Amino acid sequence: MTPEQIRQAFIDALGQIVPEGDFEHLRPDRPLREQLDIDSYDFLQLVIGLHERLGVDVPEADYQRLATLQGALDYLTAAVQRARA
Amino acid sequence: MPALGADMEAGTLVEWLIKPGQRVKRGDVVAVVETQSGAVDVEIWEDGTVDALVVEPGTSVPVGTVLATLQGEGGAPSAAPPAPASAAAPAPPKPRASAPAPAAPPAGRYKVSPAARRRAEQLGVDLAKLVPSGPEGVVSLADVERAAGGAAAPAPTAVDRMEAMRRAIAAAMTKSKREIPHYYLASSMDVTPAVAWLARENAARGVQDRILFAAVLLRAVAVALGEVPELNGAWLDDRLQTSREIHLGVGIALRGGGLVAPAIRNAQDKTIPEMMAAMSDLVARARAGSLRSSELSEATVTVTNLGEQGADAVYGVIYPPQVALVGFGRLASRPWVVDGTVQPRDVLQATLSADHRASVGHRGAIFLSALDRRLQQPEKL
Repeated sequence: MTPEQIRQAFIDALGQIVPEGDFEHLRPDRPLREQLDIDSYDFLQLVIGLHERLGVDVPEADYQRLATLQGALDYLTAAVQRARA
Repeated sequence: MPALGADMEAGTLVEWLIKPGQRVKRGDVVAVVETQSGAVDVEIWEDGTVDALVVEPGTSVPVGTVLATLQGEGGAPSAAPPAPASAAAPAPPKPRASAPAPAAPPAGRYKVSPAARRRAEQLGVDLAKLVPSGPEGVVSLADVERAAGGAAAPAPTAVDRMEAMRRAIAAAMTKSKREIPHYYLASSMDVTPAVAWLARENAARGVQDRILFAAVLLRAVAVALGEVPELNGAWLDDRLQTSREIHLGVGIALRGGGLVAPAIRNAQDKTIPEMMAAMSDLVARARAGSLRSSELSEATVTVTNLGEQGADAVYGVIYPPQVALVGFGRLASRPWVVDGTVQPRDVLQATLSADHRASVGHRGAIFLSALDRRLQQPEKL
Protein backbone atom coordinates (compact mmCIF):
# COMPACT_ATOMS: atom_id res chain seq x y z
CA MET A 1 0.00 0.00 0.00
CA THR A 2 1.50 3.33 -1.05
CA PRO A 3 1.70 6.38 1.21
CA GLU A 4 -0.80 8.06 -1.11
CA GLN A 5 -3.30 5.21 -0.63
CA ILE A 6 -2.87 5.41 3.14
CA ARG A 7 -3.40 9.15 3.04
CA GLN A 8 -6.54 8.68 0.96
CA ALA A 9 -7.87 6.03 3.36
CA PHE A 10 -7.26 8.37 6.28
CA ILE A 11 -9.00 11.28 4.56
CA ASP A 12 -11.91 9.00 3.64
CA ALA A 13 -12.28 7.86 7.25
CA LEU A 14 -12.17 11.48 8.37
CA GLY A 15 -14.75 12.37 5.74
CA GLN A 16 -17.19 9.92 7.28
CA ILE A 17 -17.07 11.94 10.48
CA VAL A 18 -16.68 15.45 9.11
CA PRO A 19 -18.41 15.17 5.72
CA GLU A 20 -17.75 18.75 4.70
CA GLY A 21 -14.35 19.19 6.30
CA ASP A 22 -11.77 21.15 4.34
CA PHE A 23 -9.12 18.47 4.03
CA GLU A 24 -7.22 20.32 1.28
CA HIS A 25 -6.11 22.92 3.74
CA LEU A 26 -5.39 20.75 6.77
CA ARG A 27 -2.19 21.81 8.46
CA PRO A 28 -0.22 18.55 8.80
CA ASP A 29 1.43 19.59 12.06
CA ARG A 30 -1.57 21.00 13.92
CA PRO A 31 -4.01 18.97 15.99
CA LEU A 32 -6.89 17.57 13.94
CA ARG A 33 -9.15 18.04 16.93
CA GLU A 34 -8.59 21.78 16.76
CA GLN A 35 -8.93 22.09 12.99
CA LEU A 36 -12.00 19.90 12.59
CA ASP A 37 -13.68 20.19 15.99
CA ILE A 38 -13.45 16.47 16.70
CA ASP A 39 -14.50 15.16 20.10
CA SER A 40 -13.70 11.81 21.69
CA TYR A 41 -16.80 10.23 20.19
CA ASP A 42 -15.75 11.37 16.70
CA PHE A 43 -12.22 10.16 17.33
CA LEU A 44 -13.46 6.69 18.21
CA GLN A 45 -15.46 6.66 14.96
CA LEU A 46 -12.25 7.62 13.12
CA VAL A 47 -10.35 4.73 14.69
CA ILE A 48 -13.17 2.36 13.73
CA GLY A 49 -13.08 3.74 10.15
CA LEU A 50 -9.31 3.21 9.94
CA HIS A 51 -9.73 -0.35 11.11
CA GLU A 52 -12.28 -0.98 8.37
CA ARG A 53 -10.16 0.60 5.65
CA LEU A 54 -6.63 -0.38 6.58
CA GLY A 55 -7.11 -3.34 8.90
CA VAL A 56 -5.09 -1.44 11.52
CA ASP A 57 -6.35 -1.76 15.08
CA VAL A 58 -5.00 1.34 16.82
CA PRO A 59 -4.75 0.58 20.53
CA GLU A 60 -5.99 3.26 22.88
CA ALA A 61 -2.47 3.84 24.18
CA ASP A 62 -1.47 5.04 20.69
CA TYR A 63 -4.33 7.50 20.17
CA GLN A 64 -2.00 10.42 20.88
CA ARG A 65 0.06 9.54 17.82
CA LEU A 66 -2.95 10.22 15.61
CA ALA A 67 -3.36 13.75 16.93
CA THR A 68 -2.04 15.44 13.76
CA LEU A 69 -2.32 14.50 10.09
CA GLN A 70 1.43 13.96 9.75
CA GLY A 71 1.62 11.96 12.97
CA ALA A 72 -1.27 9.78 11.84
CA LEU A 73 0.21 9.11 8.39
CA ASP A 74 3.59 8.19 9.86
CA TYR A 75 1.97 5.91 12.41
CA LEU A 76 -0.35 4.23 9.91
CA THR A 77 2.41 3.72 7.33
CA ALA A 78 4.51 1.91 9.91
CA ALA A 79 1.51 -0.08 11.16
CA VAL A 80 0.54 -1.20 7.64
CA GLN A 81 4.14 -2.25 6.95
CA ARG A 82 4.27 -4.19 10.18
CA ALA A 83 1.06 -5.97 9.26
CA ARG A 84 2.53 -6.94 5.88
CA ALA A 85 5.83 -8.15 7.31
CA MET B 1 -48.25 19.04 17.76
CA PRO B 2 -46.26 18.02 20.77
CA ALA B 3 -44.01 20.47 22.59
CA LEU B 4 -40.54 19.20 21.89
CA GLY B 5 -38.62 22.00 23.51
CA ALA B 6 -38.98 24.66 26.12
CA ASP B 7 -41.25 27.34 24.80
CA MET B 8 -41.51 25.71 21.41
CA GLU B 9 -44.43 27.54 19.91
CA ALA B 10 -44.92 25.78 16.62
CA GLY B 11 -43.57 22.97 14.50
CA THR B 12 -43.74 21.98 10.87
CA LEU B 13 -45.20 18.61 10.03
CA VAL B 14 -42.75 17.20 7.51
CA GLU B 15 -44.09 13.77 6.82
CA TRP B 16 -46.68 11.25 7.92
CA LEU B 17 -45.44 7.71 8.48
CA ILE B 18 -48.97 6.34 9.03
CA LYS B 19 -52.19 6.10 7.02
CA PRO B 20 -55.86 6.26 8.04
CA GLY B 21 -57.04 2.81 9.08
CA GLN B 22 -53.58 1.74 10.20
CA ARG B 23 -53.23 0.22 13.65
CA VAL B 24 -50.61 1.82 15.86
CA LYS B 25 -49.05 0.92 19.17
CA ARG B 26 -47.80 3.18 21.88
CA GLY B 27 -44.22 4.14 21.02
CA ASP B 28 -44.56 3.83 17.24
CA VAL B 29 -43.03 6.65 15.24
CA VAL B 30 -45.93 8.22 13.39
CA ALA B 31 -44.62 11.48 11.95
CA VAL B 32 -41.56 13.61 11.37
CA VAL B 33 -41.70 17.17 12.69
CA GLU B 34 -39.18 19.92 11.98
CA THR B 35 -38.26 21.96 15.06
CA GLN B 36 -35.66 24.54 15.99
CA SER B 37 -33.22 21.73 16.57
CA GLY B 38 -33.83 19.69 13.48
CA ALA B 39 -36.18 16.92 12.50
CA VAL B 40 -37.71 14.84 15.28
CA ASP B 41 -39.43 11.50 14.99
CA VAL B 42 -42.72 11.87 16.84
CA GLU B 43 -44.01 8.87 18.74
CA ILE B 44 -47.60 8.09 19.58
CA TRP B 45 -48.72 7.60 23.16
CA GLU B 46 -51.75 5.39 22.77
CA ASP B 47 -52.72 2.18 21.03
CA GLY B 48 -55.46 2.39 18.43
CA THR B 49 -56.39 2.83 14.80
CA VAL B 50 -55.62 5.98 12.85
CA ASP B 51 -58.87 7.74 12.04
CA ALA B 52 -57.87 10.81 10.04
CA LEU B 53 -54.73 12.80 9.31
CA VAL B 54 -55.79 16.36 10.02
CA VAL B 55 -52.67 18.35 9.22
CA GLU B 56 -51.04 18.29 5.78
CA PRO B 57 -47.29 17.81 5.46
CA GLY B 58 -45.48 21.11 4.99
CA THR B 59 -47.83 22.93 7.37
CA SER B 60 -46.56 24.79 10.40
CA VAL B 61 -48.98 24.61 13.33
CA PRO B 62 -48.93 25.80 16.95
CA VAL B 63 -48.11 23.40 19.77
CA GLY B 64 -51.28 21.68 20.94
CA THR B 65 -52.86 21.50 17.49
CA VAL B 66 -54.50 18.15 16.77
CA LEU B 67 -52.41 16.52 14.05
CA ALA B 68 -54.51 13.41 13.59
CA THR B 69 -57.37 11.56 15.22
CA LEU B 70 -57.25 8.09 16.59
CA GLN B 71 -59.85 5.47 17.43
CA GLY B 72 -59.07 3.92 20.74
CA GLU B 73 -58.87 0.22 21.49
CA GLY B 74 -62.24 -1.53 21.57
CA GLY B 75 -63.52 0.39 18.56
CA ALA B 76 -64.86 3.45 20.28
CA PRO B 77 -67.05 5.35 17.85
CA SER B 78 -65.17 8.03 16.00
CA ALA B 79 -67.79 10.52 17.08
CA ALA B 80 -66.14 10.35 20.46
CA PRO B 81 -63.73 13.18 21.08
CA PRO B 82 -60.63 12.10 19.21
CA ALA B 83 -57.41 11.74 21.05
CA PRO B 84 -54.63 13.75 19.57
CA ALA B 85 -52.29 11.43 17.74
CA SER B 86 -49.34 13.14 19.19
CA ALA B 87 -50.32 13.48 22.78
CA ALA B 88 -50.08 17.08 23.77
CA ALA B 89 -48.53 16.05 27.03
CA PRO B 90 -47.60 18.74 29.49
CA ALA B 91 -44.56 20.11 27.87
CA PRO B 92 -41.45 19.10 29.68
CA PRO B 93 -38.94 21.29 27.95
CA LYS B 94 -36.08 19.92 26.01
CA PRO B 95 -32.91 20.23 27.98
CA ARG B 96 -30.68 22.30 25.84
CA ALA B 97 -28.09 24.64 27.07
CA SER B 98 -26.56 23.88 30.39
CA ALA B 99 -24.03 26.54 29.69
CA PRO B 100 -23.54 29.21 27.08
CA ALA B 101 -23.40 27.62 23.66
CA PRO B 102 -19.88 26.77 22.58
CA ALA B 103 -18.18 28.75 19.86
CA ALA B 104 -19.00 27.77 16.32
CA PRO B 105 -16.76 25.02 15.03
CA PRO B 106 -14.20 25.86 12.38
CA ALA B 107 -15.57 23.43 9.85
CA GLY B 108 -19.16 22.48 9.10
CA ARG B 109 -20.20 18.89 8.73
CA TYR B 110 -23.49 18.54 7.06
CA LYS B 111 -25.79 15.92 8.42
CA VAL B 112 -29.06 15.10 6.80
CA SER B 113 -32.45 14.85 8.45
CA PRO B 114 -34.21 11.51 7.96
CA ALA B 115 -37.04 13.10 6.04
CA ALA B 116 -34.58 14.91 3.79
CA ARG B 117 -32.71 11.69 3.14
CA ARG B 118 -35.88 9.89 2.10
CA ARG B 119 -36.93 12.79 -0.15
CA ALA B 120 -33.47 12.99 -1.72
CA GLU B 121 -33.76 9.35 -2.68
CA GLN B 122 -37.15 9.94 -4.25
CA LEU B 123 -35.94 12.99 -6.17
CA GLY B 124 -32.51 11.66 -7.03
CA VAL B 125 -30.74 14.56 -5.33
CA ASP B 126 -27.05 14.14 -4.49
CA LEU B 127 -26.86 14.89 -0.78
CA ALA B 128 -23.12 15.46 -0.92
CA LYS B 129 -23.68 18.63 -2.95
CA LEU B 130 -26.15 20.24 -0.58
CA VAL B 131 -25.42 23.03 1.84
CA PRO B 132 -27.89 23.35 4.72
CA SER B 133 -29.73 26.60 5.17
CA GLY B 134 -30.44 26.00 8.85
CA PRO B 135 -28.25 26.98 11.78
CA GLU B 136 -27.60 23.38 12.79
CA GLY B 137 -25.74 22.47 9.67
CA VAL B 138 -28.39 19.86 9.01
CA VAL B 139 -29.61 19.41 5.46
CA SER B 140 -33.39 19.73 5.72
CA LEU B 141 -36.26 18.62 3.56
CA ALA B 142 -36.56 22.12 2.13
CA ASP B 143 -32.88 22.14 1.16
CA VAL B 144 -33.41 18.93 -0.78
CA GLU B 145 -36.52 20.22 -2.52
CA ARG B 146 -34.83 23.46 -3.41
CA ALA B 147 -31.93 21.53 -4.90
CA ALA B 148 -34.36 19.43 -6.92
CA GLY B 149 -35.87 22.62 -8.30
CA GLY B 150 -39.23 21.52 -7.03
CA ALA B 151 -41.83 23.75 -5.48
CA ALA B 152 -40.39 23.74 -2.02
CA ALA B 153 -42.54 24.63 0.90
CA PRO B 154 -41.31 27.94 2.25
CA ALA B 155 -38.55 26.99 4.62
CA PRO B 156 -37.41 29.01 7.55
CA THR B 157 -34.25 30.83 6.60
CA ALA B 158 -30.99 30.21 8.39
CA VAL B 159 -31.40 33.50 10.19
CA ASP B 160 -34.93 32.59 11.27
CA ARG B 161 -33.90 29.23 12.60
CA MET B 162 -30.86 30.50 14.46
CA GLU B 163 -33.07 33.22 15.89
CA ALA B 164 -35.69 30.64 16.90
CA MET B 165 -33.08 28.49 18.58
CA ARG B 166 -31.65 31.45 20.45
CA ARG B 167 -35.12 32.41 21.59
CA ALA B 168 -35.78 28.90 22.86
CA ILE B 169 -32.51 28.83 24.78
CA ALA B 170 -33.12 32.30 26.10
CA ALA B 171 -36.62 31.43 27.28
CA ALA B 172 -35.60 28.22 29.04
CA MET B 173 -32.51 29.65 30.68
CA THR B 174 -34.30 32.83 31.74
CA LYS B 175 -37.09 30.77 33.26
CA SER B 176 -34.50 28.64 35.02
CA LYS B 177 -32.59 31.55 36.48
CA ARG B 178 -35.77 33.43 37.37
CA GLU B 179 -37.55 30.55 39.06
CA ILE B 180 -34.98 28.02 40.20
CA PRO B 181 -32.93 28.92 43.26
CA HIS B 182 -29.74 27.17 42.24
CA TYR B 183 -27.01 26.06 44.55
CA TYR B 184 -23.68 24.84 43.25
CA LEU B 185 -21.21 22.31 44.63
CA ALA B 186 -17.90 21.15 43.21
CA SER B 187 -15.65 18.29 44.03
CA SER B 188 -12.25 17.31 42.62
CA MET B 189 -12.12 13.58 42.13
CA ASP B 190 -9.09 11.36 41.72
CA VAL B 191 -10.45 9.01 39.09
CA THR B 192 -7.17 7.18 38.45
CA PRO B 193 -8.73 3.80 39.34
CA ALA B 194 -11.54 4.29 36.83
CA VAL B 195 -9.18 5.50 34.10
CA ALA B 196 -6.84 2.54 34.68
CA TRP B 197 -9.74 0.11 34.76
CA LEU B 198 -11.11 1.45 31.48
CA ALA B 199 -7.66 1.29 29.82
CA ARG B 200 -7.47 -2.40 30.77
CA GLU B 201 -11.00 -3.02 29.54
CA ASN B 202 -10.38 -1.28 26.23
CA ALA B 203 -7.05 -3.05 25.67
CA ALA B 204 -9.02 -6.28 25.54
CA ARG B 205 -11.71 -4.87 23.26
CA GLY B 206 -11.69 -4.47 19.50
CA VAL B 207 -12.13 -0.97 18.13
CA GLN B 208 -15.84 -1.53 17.56
CA ASP B 209 -16.45 -2.28 21.22
CA ARG B 210 -14.33 0.33 22.91
CA ILE B 211 -15.83 2.39 25.67
CA LEU B 212 -15.44 6.12 26.23
CA PHE B 213 -14.78 7.45 29.71
CA ALA B 214 -18.00 9.44 29.47
CA ALA B 215 -19.95 6.15 29.61
CA VAL B 216 -18.27 5.30 32.92
CA LEU B 217 -19.19 8.73 34.27
CA LEU B 218 -22.81 8.35 33.16
CA ARG B 219 -23.05 4.96 34.85
CA ALA B 220 -21.59 6.36 38.05
CA VAL B 221 -24.06 9.26 37.97
CA ALA B 222 -27.01 6.90 37.52
CA VAL B 223 -25.89 4.72 40.42
CA ALA B 224 -25.11 7.66 42.71
CA LEU B 225 -28.50 9.24 41.98
CA GLY B 226 -30.06 6.13 43.49
CA GLU B 227 -28.64 7.26 46.82
CA VAL B 228 -30.04 10.80 46.56
CA PRO B 229 -33.34 10.45 44.70
CA GLU B 230 -34.45 14.03 45.28
CA LEU B 231 -32.05 15.11 42.52
CA ASN B 232 -33.89 13.04 39.93
CA GLY B 233 -37.29 14.29 38.80
CA ALA B 234 -39.11 17.51 38.19
CA TRP B 235 -40.40 20.54 40.10
CA LEU B 236 -44.01 20.82 39.00
CA ASP B 237 -47.07 22.35 40.66
CA ASP B 238 -44.96 23.75 43.49
CA ARG B 239 -43.65 20.43 44.57
CA LEU B 240 -40.90 17.95 43.83
CA GLN B 241 -42.00 14.96 41.83
CA THR B 242 -39.24 12.41 42.01
CA SER B 243 -38.94 9.80 39.31
CA ARG B 244 -38.27 6.13 39.90
CA GLU B 245 -36.71 5.83 36.47
CA ILE B 246 -33.57 7.76 35.70
CA HIS B 247 -33.77 9.26 32.21
CA LEU B 248 -30.33 10.75 31.87
CA GLY B 249 -30.25 13.81 29.60
CA VAL B 250 -26.90 14.02 27.87
CA GLY B 251 -25.66 17.36 26.56
CA ILE B 252 -24.54 16.88 22.96
CA ALA B 253 -22.94 19.68 20.97
CA LEU B 254 -24.26 20.14 17.44
CA ARG B 255 -22.62 21.79 14.49
CA GLY B 256 -23.01 25.53 14.40
CA GLY B 257 -23.11 25.98 18.15
CA GLY B 258 -26.34 24.15 18.87
CA LEU B 259 -26.84 21.87 21.82
CA VAL B 260 -29.41 19.22 22.61
CA ALA B 261 -29.73 16.97 25.63
CA PRO B 262 -31.74 13.90 24.67
CA ALA B 263 -32.28 11.28 27.34
CA ILE B 264 -30.80 7.84 27.82
CA ARG B 265 -33.94 6.19 29.11
CA ASN B 266 -33.88 3.94 32.17
CA ALA B 267 -30.21 4.64 32.77
CA GLN B 268 -30.46 2.95 36.17
CA ASP B 269 -30.66 -0.44 34.43
CA LYS B 270 -27.77 0.06 32.03
CA THR B 271 -24.31 -1.45 32.48
CA ILE B 272 -21.29 0.53 31.28
CA PRO B 273 -21.20 -1.18 27.85
CA GLU B 274 -24.96 -0.64 27.51
CA MET B 275 -24.52 2.99 28.51
CA MET B 276 -21.82 3.33 25.82
CA ALA B 277 -24.10 1.82 23.20
CA ALA B 278 -26.98 4.10 24.20
CA MET B 279 -24.73 7.17 24.20
CA SER B 280 -23.21 6.36 20.77
CA ASP B 281 -26.66 5.87 19.36
CA LEU B 282 -27.89 9.19 20.79
CA VAL B 283 -24.86 11.19 19.62
CA ALA B 284 -25.07 9.74 16.12
CA ARG B 285 -28.80 10.44 15.87
CA ALA B 286 -28.59 13.87 17.48
CA ARG B 287 -26.02 14.91 14.88
CA ALA B 288 -28.00 13.30 12.06
CA GLY B 289 -31.18 15.02 13.24
CA SER B 290 -33.23 11.91 13.98
CA LEU B 291 -34.06 12.02 17.65
CA ARG B 292 -37.35 10.69 18.97
CA SER B 293 -39.87 12.89 20.70
CA SER B 294 -39.76 10.90 23.95
CA GLU B 295 -36.00 11.32 24.14
CA LEU B 296 -36.36 15.07 23.90
CA SER B 297 -39.01 15.47 26.54
CA GLU B 298 -38.40 12.89 29.23
CA ALA B 299 -35.05 13.64 30.84
CA THR B 300 -35.25 13.59 34.64
CA VAL B 301 -31.74 14.96 35.17
CA THR B 302 -29.01 16.20 32.83
CA VAL B 303 -25.28 15.55 32.56
CA THR B 304 -22.96 17.89 30.70
CA ASN B 305 -19.33 17.29 29.93
CA LEU B 306 -17.32 20.31 28.84
CA GLY B 307 -13.93 18.88 29.71
CA GLU B 308 -13.09 18.09 26.11
CA GLN B 309 -13.25 21.76 25.25
CA GLY B 310 -10.76 22.38 28.02
CA ALA B 311 -12.95 23.81 30.78
CA ASP B 312 -11.84 22.70 34.24
CA ALA B 313 -15.37 22.80 35.61
CA VAL B 314 -18.89 23.67 34.51
CA TYR B 315 -21.49 25.28 36.76
CA GLY B 316 -24.55 24.53 34.70
CA VAL B 317 -27.97 26.10 34.48
CA ILE B 318 -30.67 23.58 35.35
CA TYR B 319 -33.07 22.78 32.58
CA PRO B 320 -36.57 23.31 33.92
CA PRO B 321 -38.53 21.51 35.20
CA GLN B 322 -35.60 19.28 36.16
CA VAL B 323 -34.04 19.84 39.55
CA ALA B 324 -30.38 19.04 39.02
CA LEU B 325 -27.57 19.12 36.51
CA VAL B 326 -24.29 17.26 36.89
CA GLY B 327 -21.23 18.69 35.15
CA PHE B 328 -17.82 17.25 34.38
CA GLY B 329 -14.74 19.25 33.52
CA ARG B 330 -11.41 18.31 32.01
CA LEU B 331 -9.76 15.04 32.93
CA ALA B 332 -6.09 15.80 33.45
CA SER B 333 -3.02 14.46 35.19
CA ARG B 334 -2.41 16.58 38.29
CA PRO B 335 -0.02 16.57 41.24
CA TRP B 336 -2.03 14.93 44.01
CA VAL B 337 -1.21 13.94 47.56
CA VAL B 338 -1.63 10.20 48.06
CA ASP B 339 -0.44 8.50 51.26
CA GLY B 340 1.68 11.52 52.17
CA THR B 341 3.50 11.85 48.87
CA VAL B 342 2.78 13.90 45.78
CA GLN B 343 1.93 11.74 42.81
CA PRO B 344 0.58 12.37 39.31
CA ARG B 345 -3.06 11.31 39.32
CA ASP B 346 -5.96 11.55 36.86
CA VAL B 347 -8.22 14.17 38.34
CA LEU B 348 -11.43 15.79 37.21
CA GLN B 349 -13.90 18.21 38.76
CA ALA B 350 -17.48 17.14 39.09
CA THR B 351 -20.07 19.79 39.83
CA LEU B 352 -23.67 19.71 40.89
CA SER B 353 -26.16 22.46 40.16
CA ALA B 354 -29.31 21.73 42.10
CA ASP B 355 -32.68 23.29 42.84
CA HIS B 356 -32.75 24.39 46.47
CA ARG B 357 -36.52 23.94 46.61
CA ALA B 358 -36.04 20.23 45.90
CA SER B 359 -32.89 19.41 47.83
CA VAL B 360 -30.50 20.88 50.36
CA GLY B 361 -26.76 21.33 49.96
CA HIS B 362 -26.05 18.63 52.50
CA ARG B 363 -27.78 16.07 50.32
CA GLY B 364 -26.12 17.46 47.21
CA ALA B 365 -22.74 16.96 48.88
CA ILE B 366 -23.72 13.38 49.70
CA PHE B 367 -24.44 12.86 46.00
CA LEU B 368 -20.99 14.11 44.94
CA SER B 369 -19.40 11.98 47.61
CA ALA B 370 -21.34 8.92 46.40
CA LEU B 371 -20.27 9.68 42.84
CA ASP B 372 -16.63 9.84 43.92
CA ARG B 373 -16.93 6.61 45.90
CA ARG B 374 -18.51 4.79 42.95
CA LEU B 375 -15.74 5.95 40.64
CA GLN B 376 -13.15 4.44 42.98
CA GLN B 377 -14.56 0.97 42.31
CA PRO B 378 -15.27 0.92 38.60
CA GLU B 379 -15.33 -2.87 38.45
CA LYS B 380 -18.41 -2.78 40.68
CA LEU B 381 -20.26 -0.21 38.59
